[in-house]
Amino acid sequence: MDVQTITITIDGKAVTVAPGTTVLEAARSAGIHIPTLCHHDDLCSEALYSQTSESDRPAHEEAGMLATPSSCRLCLVEVEGLAKLHASCALPIHNAMTIHTSSTAIRHARRDILELMMSEHYGDCFACARNGTCELQQLCADYGVTSERFGRPQAPLFPMAAPGNIIVRDMNKCILCRRCVRMCALYQGVYALTTEGRGDHSRISAFMGKEMKDAICINCGQCINRCPTGALSERDDTEAVWHAIEDPDKIVVIQTAPAPRAAIGEAFGCTPGTALTYQLNTALKRAGFDKVFDTTFSADLTIMEEGAELLSRLYKGVVLKDNGARLPQFTSCSPGWIKFIEHFHPDFLPNLSSAKSPQQMMGAVIKTYFAEKNGWDPSKIVSVSLMPCTAKKFEAARPEMDSSGFRDVDFALTTRELARMLKQAGIELPKLEETPFDDPFGVSSGSGVIFGASGGVMEAALRTVLELVTGEKVENLFDKADIKPVRGFDGVRMAEVTIDKVGPVPALLAHLVPDFEWLKGVTLRVGLAHGTINAVRVLKDIQEGGPLSTCHFIEFMACPGGCLGGGGQPIPTDRDIRNARAKALYSEDANDVVRKSHENEDVLRIYRDFFTEGPLSRKSHELLHTHYKERV
Amino acid sequence: MDVKSVRGFVGNKLSFSDVSASEGVKMAAAMAPEDVVAIVTASGLKGRGGAGFPTGKKWEYAFGQEGHPKYIIGNADEGEPGTFKDRLILTDFPELVFAGMAIAGRAVGAEFGILYLRAEYGWLRQHLEAAMARCREKGLLGKAIGGAKDFSFDISIRMGSGAYICGEETALLESLEGRRGDARNRIPFPVQAGYLGKPTVVNNVETLAWVPCILVKGPSWFAGMGTRKAPGAWLFSVSGDCKRPGIYEYPFGTSLRQILADVGADNPKAVQVGGASGNCVPPSEFDRTMTPGDLATGGSIIVFGPGQDMFAVAENFQHFFADESCGQCIPCRVGNQRLLEAIASMRPNGLDKEGERTVRQLAQTMTVASKCGLGQMSPRAFLSILNNFAGELPGHA
Repeated sequence: MDVQTITITIDGKAVTVAPGTTVLEAARSAGIHIPTLCHHDDLCSEALYSQTSESDRPAHEEAGMLATPSSCRLCLVEVEGLAKLHASCALPIHNAMTIHTSSTAIRHARRDILELMMSEHYGDCFACARNGTCELQQLCADYGVTSERFGRPQAPLFPMAAPGNIIVRDMNKCILCRRCVRMCALYQGVYALTTEGRGDHSRISAFMGKEMKDAICINCGQCINRCPTGALSERDDTEAVWHAIEDPDKIVVIQTAPAPRAAIGEAFGCTPGTALTYQLNTALKRAGFDKVFDTTFSADLTIMEEGAELLSRLYKGVVLKDNGARLPQFTSCSPGWIKFIEHFHPDFLPNLSSAKSPQQMMGAVIKTYFAEKNGWDPSKIVSVSLMPCTAKKFEAARPEMDSSGFRDVDFALTTRELARMLKQAGIELPKLEETPFDDPFGVSSGSGVIFGASGGVMEAALRTVLELVTGEKVENLFDKADIKPVRGFDGVRMAEVTIDKVGPVPALLAHLVPDFEWLKGVTLRVGLAHGTINAVRVLKDIQEGGPLSTCHFIEFMACPGGCLGGGGQPIPTDRDIRNARAKALYSEDANDVVRKSHENEDVLRIYRDFFTEGPLSRKSHELLHTHYKERV
Repeated sequence: MDVKSVRGFVGNKLSFSDVSASEGVKMAAAMAPEDVVAIVTASGLKGRGGAGFPTGKKWEYAFGQEGHPKYIIGNADEGEPGTFKDRLILTDFPELVFAGMAIAGRAVGAEFGILYLRAEYGWLRQHLEAAMARCREKGLLGKAIGGAKDFSFDISIRMGSGAYICGEETALLESLEGRRGDARNRIPFPVQAGYLGKPTVVNNVETLAWVPCILVKGPSWFAGMGTRKAPGAWLFSVSGDCKRPGIYEYPFGTSLRQILADVGADNPKAVQVGGASGNCVPPSEFDRTMTPGDLATGGSIIVFGPGQDMFAVAENFQHFFADESCGQCIPCRVGNQRLLEAIASMRPNGLDKEGERTVRQLAQTMTVASKCGLGQMSPRAFLSILNNFAGELPGHA
């Protein structure tokens, strides 16, 4: 097939592109940088289109938002033969043209625009969470914005957000680029943020000017990751954690999730995809944490509980014809997704696995099993987690997450917060030696590690379920136990595997099913979705009786790319960065000695020593499972 | 409210008065769409909303579009300060507007039209609905218009909510689709992807009203009224310090001086041509003519008498823009606000050389960098006042 191309001239350089490519994209492909604060690689239409499959392209009602707002006007270029300057992000190439991206007129216009932004910008760079990663700060430096020709506010123009918000907005730093609004609508389908008011009264607002905590928001933090300035950030819990560390009465333990370990290096200048798992253990000890545990342990525990729940639901549905056993079963480890379904699709709550997320499971066993084992008073344990996620702060604070009598998790820190803490402590993370995790939650399986990528939970569950059911090594079904059909970044994916033979029921599951004969010849269908807009598509398809309604198990991740693209991860983010982080996780999995959750010795030991009645037993229900509620 | 009781003062004879809307529609029904486009093109009719885009060309583009269905939007969001000619057309000649929309539908292959009526004209809605019902009775709207089986067209009225920016055609489309009125990017153009992403012609009320006149009286009648470069006539809304404010029809090429004499403007100090986003013309330029390329006009003339403080005028206009920017792009939203502050400060404090350089640079950036016409045009009034009346500032030589 002939691909039609057009050649245009940018700054004297011939650039050949496909029709419809914007001048901004064409220039960047030719190594010519054009500044912008409203365009974002994740939000230009091409990225959006490739994020979803052809049939999933945003419906017309979203089309208006699909177009770049071209609101910052910094990407202005000159087009020969046309008057005025043109926003290159909104200038698709349909015929040959000659473009100039740098001239005195352009430079002056850009500097004026930056100064206009600063004329309503209140707050000092040094006191800002985005100092050093702020795109506005960088451009002001690049364009030599030193004067205050248009003035600077001498007092805040907007009040600070009230306490209690997890997503913290500071409108004194907002430039109204609308990336947050578009991210929330186009990737997340939440529409928590909107633009309200006209002219000088225009501002980004949650519904009717509500605080974020009172708005219908899932706390995913994707808005924060796209914000060019410090207008959006997460609640800062670092001071409270320092306080606990410095309290001699407290035992401060921290669990680290795989996604932050594959990304925190970015905050220290490493290239994306540099995993610093074991260096981080050293750093955390040095920062004063008493124990460092591996969340992948509880990810494995999640697989055991969630996998057992799946088999139990299938058995009830297929054999006992129990209508109460709702299928497909939905994963429950993404707290953004949980709040999303509680708000928007409570009719699907019975489909959710009752298994707590790995963070909460780890929290629960730390203050019970671990405390018992070590003879520590659980009330003295401060349980901290390192998560790629802002929604984990909300999850940790859910009132029902205290079945042991204590808060499962006291503080959930984002990757960004922990990076800041390490910098405050003068710890140069990438230069540190490696230290193993602490027992008894130190052994991880590769399955737990890939929880951090979209498709990882499903792959981990399949490795375990297939092996437990068939009694055969999963390597015989999938080369190297890599279940590639569930991997990738397509917004909605489906895969299936037929169970040809079954084995005896392992002792661990004997209390749940008498045999596996009923699974013989069954084709197990699984689905995946990441970014809650794709979850909407899946739920709609199920309601309409589409292909996804035939699935038995579906993985949902609130954030694009899964946890590695979480709202608490280092800024910036884009598809390449997320790909690099995924690569780091999958290579850690490939190099792990233990690849499957049910082969994790620490997991088997906790079922021997503590949850002695096995998965889905009374005790595991009490500590490792939870319930959900409809939210309005 | 009785519509007739608020009729404006009509200063001279309007061409609209002796044209039958039905006749225009029936002629279009008997013609091939291409021929309708050709007649409008031949007349040289240009858009009367202010931008002055050739109507025939717009229709030709829309005709050539493959998308379906197509839409005709009548832009009755007449919000430019000092402009009220469309209101007169809507009260006195609504059938001509509806006929113009039907003819446009015939020309481009659209079967559905929307009249976007500004919120402040809500009291006109009943009157317009009644006029539309009469059009349906007479067979100007509906199915098989004029007996042509392939000519169906009907119109509904949709209300604006009071935002000036919604008169800008892409913001109008956003508003029609139920979103806030933010200007869209100009590529694709509305004729390619407008209302609901379909090919859409947005024409001003006056433009539409001229269309049946051109069909009935012929394109050469219309072209013969103006100059060779600027054919046709225009309705002017005249207000301010003059004895006979109201609506006047003038052919292109008429001098400002003549209009001022006709409306009874004695010894004016300045005239704002083209509404708030137009130019402020000093007496030394009163011989300029109402012609695109000379004094471009949105059909509005505001006369300022000898007692007016021109920088109070500038501040008033500027206040309007700071309020009415859609708030989307930085040069317009923030630029208009900063310019307003600058004018408010220069009135008591004067303007030094450096201050002048800063405001001129700001105005330049707003002009070249704003996303839509609102921001691009908003510094014009201030700049023309600064250019011609700087002597009124304190401390200025």
